[in-house]
Amino acid sequence: MGHLIPQSIMPFVLPVVYAVVIVAVLPLLAGYIVLMERKVMADMQARLGPMRVGPHGLLQPIADAVKLLLKEDIIPDKADRLMFWFAPLVSVTMALLAYSALAIGPAFQIADLNIGLLFILAISSLGIYGIVLGGWASNSHYSLLGALRSAAQLVSYETAAGLALISVLLLAGSLSMKDIVQAQSDQGVWFGFSVPFGFFIYLVGSIAETNRAPFDLPEAESELVAGYMTEYSGFRWSLYFLAEYANMVIVAGIATTLFLGGWLRPGARYHEQIPGTSIEFLDALPALLTLGVALYCLSLVPKQPVKIQKIVMALVAGLCVIIAGVLAGALVAPPAVMQGIHGAFWFMAKVFAYIYAFLWIRFTFPRYRFDQLMRLGWRFLIPLALVNVIGVGVAIVLRQQWAWGPIVSLIPTTLATLGVAMLLAKDDAPVSEAQTADGE
Amino acid sequence: MQTLNQALFIFFAVLAVASAILMVTRRNIVHGAVFLITTLLSTAGIFLLLQAEFLFIVQIILYVGGIMVLFVFVIMLVDLDVSMRLVQFNRQWIVAGALALVLAAQFLFAIWAGRGALRLPAMAAEISPKNTEAVGDALFSHYMLSFEIASILLLVAMIGAVVMAKRRVG
Amino acid sequence: MIKTISGMDSVNTTVLGADEIILNMGPQHPSTHGVLRVKLKLDGERVAGSECIIGYLHRGVEKIAEHRSYQQFAPYVDRMDYVAAVSNGLGYCEAVEKLLGTEAPPRARVVRTILTELQRIASHLLWLGTHALDIGALTPVFYCFREREEILKIFEKYCGARLTTHAFRIGGLQYETYDGFEEDTKRFCNDFSKKIDEYETLLTENRIWVGRTKGVGILNAADAIALGVTGPVLRASGVKWDLRKAQPYAAYDQYEFDIPTRETGDTYDRYVVRMEEMRQSRRICLQAVENIPTGPIMARIGKVLKPPPGEVYHSIEAPKGELGYYIVSDGTTQPYRVRVRPPSFINLQAFDKMAKGSLIADVVAIIGTIDIVLGEVDR
Repeated sequence: MGHLIPQSIMPFVLPVVYAVVIVAVLPLLAGYIVLMERKVMADMQARLGPMRVGPHGLLQPIADAVKLLLKEDIIPDKADRLMFWFAPLVSVTMALLAYSALAIGPAFQIADLNIGLLFILAISSLGIYGIVLGGWASNSHYSLLGALRSAAQLVSYETAAGLALISVLLLAGSLSMKDIVQAQSDQGVWFGFSVPFGFFIYLVGSIAETNRAPFDLPEAESELVAGYMTEYSGFRWSLYFLAEYANMVIVAGIATTLFLGGWLRPGARYHEQIPGTSIEFLDALPALLTLGVALYCLSLVPKQPVKIQKIVMALVAGLCVIIAGVLAGALVAPPAVMQGIHGAFWFMAKVFAYIYAFLWIRFTFPRYRFDQLMRLGWRFLIPLALVNVIGVGVAIVLRQQWAWGPIVSLIPTTLATLGVAMLLAKDDAPVSEAQTADGE
Repeated sequence: MQTLNQALFIFFAVLAVASAILMVTRRNIVHGAVFLITTLLSTAGIFLLLQAEFLFIVQIILYVGGIMVLFVFVIMLVDLDVSMRLVQFNRQWIVAGALALVLAAQFLFAIWAGRGALRLPAMAAEISPKNTEAVGDALFSHYMLSFEIASILLLVAMIGAVVMAKRRVG
Repeated sequence: MIKTISGMDSVNTTVLGADEIILNMGPQHPSTHGVLRVKLKLDGERVAGSECIIGYLHRGVEKIAEHRSYQQFAPYVDRMDYVAAVSNGLGYCEAVEKLLGTEAPPRARVVRTILTELQRIASHLLWLGTHALDIGALTPVFYCFREREEILKIFEKYCGARLTTHAFRIGGLQYETYDGFEEDTKRFCNDFSKKIDEYETLLTENRIWVGRTKGVGILNAADAIALGVTGPVLRASGVKWDLRKAQPYAAYDQYEFDIPTRETGDTYDRYVVRMEEMRQSRRICLQAVENIPTGPIMARIGKVLKPPPGEVYHSIEAPKGELGYYIVSDGTTQPYRVRVRPPSFINLQAFDKMAKGSLIADVVAIIGTIDIVLGEVDR
């Protein structure tokens, strides 16, 4: 292939291919994450969720996308047309741009930047403009206030999340996403386990970053202040929506890379092999899991009410079988290919687990009021994150001076952060500053 | 690769200049702010072309993602009708215009006189791959004092802002 | 007819301070639980004054009563507090029975008690689900409706209707309990305590829930009594007053149950009081269903009701507060005047006291915690 493509373009081919794949897959992925959210929501609420469009609602995202595309494009009368057009564009562009530094597999990365992590953080902070300009362009006092509140929330929690990431960076020693995963492989422990508080702070920060419950006051329907998305309808709104879910996947991707070992297989040290072959048990797991899903879908085929739904379900089962085949085939392929494909599988599995946690949290907790939200960010998370960073610094000194192991050196950090967290939580008892008893 | 670099440089430079011109000529102040953002982003792009990746990213995170957000907040919260009704041109605009022309002439003369000296060293074939680490090393060894002074300045500014805001509400 | 319930110094649009704005909520708003319009005078983030504008659901029920016979009017009362229709019917039937000087037979009284307590649970479940939904908890509403569905199934099996039941008649009951009524009620009550525990797990100790409800919308006991507030709102403010114990009616004097009270009178206290009331209602149901006396279900009062001229005021402890009926009879088959004392209408007057000084985001919680039904407020 190297002979067909001129040398000057060669370095660009693979990144462009990856970029096209990601940009093409992402809207579909976001749509199916929405379906997943609705199904998980329904499951937690003792109902079924979308069931009609396609078997078990599997074609619902397609129906939604078609509807949104066909909807009338309404622009409020006195809205600033340039900004109205521009704002969702900014949101979506930034959300998609962040994928360029994300490492889904050891070779599956659009650009291995030296400053990969910082790049993603910078792009996320640019995404705030989509919200602020959107609220401004709607020419509604309450949209604007909602947008500014949302932006203030994002900025505050970005700080906390960034500090949590710094603590991991100290351990990894590099900003490149690939190197961070490599460091976890070298140290033999995922940073989520050795720095659990960093993980926790990042989890909370990322929920606030993506405006998800319990931090979704600026977006909630039952609140007085209309959110920044109110005046947007149809395709423009779907851009904001896409940006929100793409952001969710990005923060899940960052969390996976930094805290959950990226594309590393869980139990990387566990090399038990299937007797008689040279394949390890845990390597066979992805293929077996996918095959299980395929068999389950096949078992559901006879239960579908309508023929077309039977066909679609059978197609889904077929798709799962093909994926299982690819995963199994990778077992006998050269190690680079196997690492690539299985790495991608594990990465996606962890990303979905993280997103499942997002959904779970959304449907369990009520919403924070805005001042309580800001108090939590500034007076609990940021001090905790600072203590965490200092603690990790101490741990590094312990490692370098006294050669403590990778996990052991972080135990004092975790204990110190735990102590500070309990102190702050006690301090921060949920007292509403709303009013005193005589209503003053 | 050389032509690609040049092409990108021209792209970013034109974008920066055009954004700057658009920024100062907009009536709508929010449009002006957005064009300032694009100017800053183009400058960041130029930094990246110079292989100063840390500067590139910090320009985006701090300038565009922090300071400009603050600008935009203030613009949106301030009552713009009042400022729009203010007189746009000062009475002494003739004098001001003349002085600006003189200044511009001086700049142009300086550039033309020193046009031979605009020779930058050839870009090093081997770029040190660890730009961020190099910046970090320098900050914490040679420029430690300036770094600490800057941090204390920022801390004082933050505390001052909190105190002033509190006084207004409390 | 649009009437206003004004806050202390009424919200006058011409007199506003420097930073104050008027915010209008409703009448169409997802969180006002009906067609309620609330005008808030805001000083920055805080509520400086409020005005509730009601009347959007006024249907002239009390006037209609003057042109219907006593039995004909009975279905109308269900439509007032449409969330807890059975209690409305109980209050009305007992008031007319008092006017007639009769009493429903023991069996009817016990069945009435069981159905009313089930209705109390259903009403509180709906309140809990919607209140939690307003505050952002998306899940409890579905669990609450799942349980409410069981109660509505019992009602449907009993009298054919789920919501506006017209379950009782003047003088007793129309329908005998169906086969399996006791089993259904017992099964529901036995399952229910686990379900309440489920809701409590989600909400009671949750930091976010506590943070959103503690200290919000405080109403102290003196104010509550002065404003005429009754029901769980009153009991949460520290006043131990429940008509089921103070002036027993139906069969309440035969059963053991507690009256939950709390001290502060904030939203969290009202939540705790209503949760506990559900448990107590369950307790009453279990005791009642153990031995329902045999006997007639209808008193001997004849088909045409002509109560002697006079007046009566009879009130019961409806899920939302004291529901009272003041009926004046002039000796004919149609009442001269029926005046309803709607608990939601009177409790809503406490809104201004509760909302003053709170943040906008709390207004939604405060409206929810008073537990109003606009059908009752406006009649």
